[in-house]
Amino acid sequence: MNSRPVARLDNMSKRNTAGGPQRGGQAQLFVVPGEDLGESKGQDIGHGVIAIEGRLRAIKQGRLRQKGSTLSVDPTYTRYIPRPSDLVIGYIEGCTNNIWFVELGAPFNAILPMSLGPGKVEFGGTRSVMDIGDCILCRVQEVEETHSSVVTMKGLGLRKIRSGVIEEISPHLIGRLIGKGGDSLRRLKEETECRIVVADNGRMWVDGNLDGILRVRNILDELSEGSNSNSSGGEA
Amino acid sequence: MGGYGDVQMIDENGLRVDGRGPSDLREISIETGVVPVADGSCRMKWGTNEAIVAVYGPMEAHPRKIQRQDRAVLDVAYNMAPFSTTDRMRPGFNRRSREISKVTKDALESVVLLELYPRSKIRISIEIVSAEAGTRCVGLTAASVALADAGIPMTDMVVSVASGKVNDVVICDLNKEEDNYGEADLPMGILPNSGELVFLQMDGDLSQEEFNQAWQLNMDAAQAIHEKMVESLKGGDSQ
Repeated sequence: MNSRPVARLDNMSKRNTAGGPQRGGQAQLFVVPGEDLGESKGQDIGHGVIAIEGRLRAIKQGRLRQKGSTLSVDPTYTRYIPRPSDLVIGYIEGCTNNIWFVELGAPFNAILPMSLGPGKVEFGGTRSVMDIGDCILCRVQEVEETHSSVVTMKGLGLRKIRSGVIEEISPHLIGRLIGKGGDSLRRLKEETECRIVVADNGRMWVDGNLDGILRVRNILDELSEGSNSNSSGGEA
Repeated sequence: MGGYGDVQMIDENGLRVDGRGPSDLREISIETGVVPVADGSCRMKWGTNEAIVAVYGPMEAHPRKIQRQDRAVLDVAYNMAPFSTTDRMRPGFNRRSREISKVTKDALESVVLLELYPRSKIRISIEIVSAEAGTRCVGLTAASVALADAGIPMTDMVVSVASGKVNDVVICDLNKEEDNYGEADLPMGILPNSGELVFLQMDGDLSQEEFNQAWQLNMDAAQAIHEKMVESLKGGDSQ
């Protein structure tokens, strides 16, 4: 038998994490699901955290964030889950006589009833107003417990998108794209002279001249790639 | 001894056929994000075993009759590639892969917070690219890393590892020869943070005392493997 490299129990362990994650001095700490985050007493539970038997535990991988008394995890990756009043960009994926079905990049398609559609539509005339494949800017009206959601196009600026391009990034990167108080998004708009609408489901509408659109696209690609090289671990 | 027990597989120094001591694991390496189109993925090499796991979802469950109004369903497919073993595996499902898919699903259901995604489905594809022994453990462990990579909420990650008995010696992490000619095999799925068990199978017989020994070997190994998993997820930016 040829001898293969062997990992012995005593040399595999490089760190001693028995005392839970060491939070001292580090502003942001990377956690993985199941990681113990200390006592739950006096702490409020934020996103990605659960309390089990008086102790807090991470349920997603991401960066730990303490804001006031709320402990939460900013996940490295999530799918979009609709929440009421989210601004979203969706594609029409089907229609009946009085309902459009809208794809939002979420687990379930949202419905857009005729009564919440753009302008006046006659019964049976849904396809003549917005056909399958059309792109719309809309707002999430309500989300049921079973995750089916209703979107609306009644509201300022909500419309069918007829010009420009749609770009997509992962929803968890939106915060980084917008920046503190919208700084980096404002800078991006000024630099590229484009009109940019960032929706909460990670899609964005970019309208402007071709040069500007291409520049926006490059910047988004950089943002996505940068986050990939950070989050995915490589050989361990 | 099942007719096989007389094969000498542990030498006078207590070392095994591949030079390991009784409680030593084979070399493990884990990599995440290996399938770019998937929501989460993981490649795990464990000795000469290799598994690739891709996780998709949560997404709408189809057909509708499999939907559950109060929780998500897991769709686990364990499959061995035809080229994964020395004699060609017939492609497609068989009894063995169905069984492993089911026990993997049951083990993962106890950690994934399914009730957060009613009516949805989370699809987990486990592909064994190279098989030696203990592929169910590799598949289950890699699946929990891939789920973490996909951002699926879980109370803990499952670590799966097997111990067994060869020549009346209880040993950890059986290789092919020990699995084929040994006397017992005890794969377990362990939650490393609480020490709870979500998966347990046994082939062959162990006495009460041997069982306890094998149990302890698995528990210790699980901690070591868990550290590898955490390391791979945290990657370069843990510091």
